[in-house]
Amino acid sequence: MTSLVVPPLSQVSAVLCLPLILLVPFAGVGLALINTGLGRARSAAHSMLSAICVTAVAALVYVILGFAWQGAGSSPDHVLIVAGKSWGWIATEPFFLRGLRLDLSPTPLVVLLQLFSVGLAAIIPLSSGADRWRLGAICASTALLAGCTYPLFAHWVWGGGWLAQLGVNCGLGRGFLDGGGSSTIQVVGGVTALSITWILGPRRGKFSADGMPAALPGHNAVLVLLGCMLAWIGWMALNSAGAMLFLGTEPGRVVLIAVNTTLCAASSGLAAAVVTRIRFGRPDASLSANGWIAGLVASSAAAAFLKPAAAMIVGGVAGILVVWVADLFEFRFAIDDPGGAVSVHAVGGLWGVLAVALLADAGPRGQWLAQLVGVATLLGFVLPLTYGLNWLLNRLYRQRVAREGERQGMDLFELGAGAYPEFDIHGDEFLQR
Amino acid sequence: MKLAGLLLMVAGWAIVVAAVALLPSAVARAGFVLAGVATELFGLALAVRSHLVLPAEGE
Repeated sequence: MTSLVVPPLSQVSAVLCLPLILLVPFAGVGLALINTGLGRARSAAHSMLSAICVTAVAALVYVILGFAWQGAGSSPDHVLIVAGKSWGWIATEPFFLRGLRLDLSPTPLVVLLQLFSVGLAAIIPLSSGADRWRLGAICASTALLAGCTYPLFAHWVWGGGWLAQLGVNCGLGRGFLDGGGSSTIQVVGGVTALSITWILGPRRGKFSADGMPAALPGHNAVLVLLGCMLAWIGWMALNSAGAMLFLGTEPGRVVLIAVNTTLCAASSGLAAAVVTRIRFGRPDASLSANGWIAGLVASSAAAAFLKPAAAMIVGGVAGILVVWVADLFEFRFAIDDPGGAVSVHAVGGLWGVLAVALLADAGPRGQWLAQLVGVATLLGFVLPLTYGLNWLLNRLYRQRVAREGERQGMDLFELGAGAYPEFDIHGDEFLQR
Repeated sequence: MKLAGLLLMVAGWAIVVAAVALLPSAVARAGFVLAGVATELFGLALAVRSHLVLPAEGE
């Protein structure tokens, strides 16, 4: 076992950190509204209820066992000794947060931030499974995320695990860096979304026999755009609190982090609007919203290290990437991802992680290799593990709703009532019977 | 084919981890990490490709 030290937190940092952490749930609220707006009207109540259930399950499972495996960097963890160097791979905290005094010291603040962050990661796949993912399966899948994949990877990055030790053990910069969770929250959520789309398959009527996708537009662009605004608040808080807790950033740099977060989102949203304007003749509201969120996602890893001009480049690239990748997934790879979770969170997050190496002033040489090892771990470990766990779950408990449920809509089939009972919803117009 | 793709991704990650843990030379380490990532991308392409084939088989 080994013990690493959490970056010291001054009294000022602790007092500033708490209100910032309390704003983080706005990011989850924003994503829940976006998911609901981009889904169909007949699954709107189901979508919002799923977001609440996911947040609840994630919080409970994380407190019961997730934090025990993640740790906060200040407690002992299990290590593997390879070539004379020790590599931490899993924490050894007690279950149920036993023995932890919940005050303004660093570890309880980490627990509080993680309680919200794991919920945020778990909300991401909801949009990829929209209109066909059963509520019970959503909760079970969330339990796997909050109890296994998220804490394990978060320990490696934020809990003093082997990715964080790359700098000390191998001289690779400062080790893998991700202050706000581009990898730990966004990519982990994004690859879960990819696994879910693979396991569930496309919505009925989405692809014709020759593989051409049909347009199944979201039902409420206002919800989507309002969600973007709320997510912006949450993301500024998430990036700032994460940088202070996991990177030891001074409180004064919160201003820079908020400016960079905003610039990333702004340039990304505008880039997506311009690209869609060029491609389709008009800016596309849903893709521009996805661009906005992709900018926020990409900002998380690097916001503490970027200069404002570099933040604009990070955002601009994210906005172009998200439109291109969303098209690629739908038209070339037959991936039915109604809310674009894979392109926004997985691809945007991976870009954010790499941007630390390419554009940020993060420290000594070798940082690019540390970031690349992190990306390799997300693709080569987290994605197969997530897919495997959800595949196994699907064998035990079918995740996709019955055909009748898709025809009726998730609201009526699973909840017994629609979200908009006073409106006449023509829900069958896109369905192939 | 999807299983093969996912196993290839795990194999690529194993190359990366082995390179980081065992190789002392920075150049060799970087080379093997890049090779591992390339293996992962090949595995990902295979997994994505299998997703294209499956619906057609199902139909």
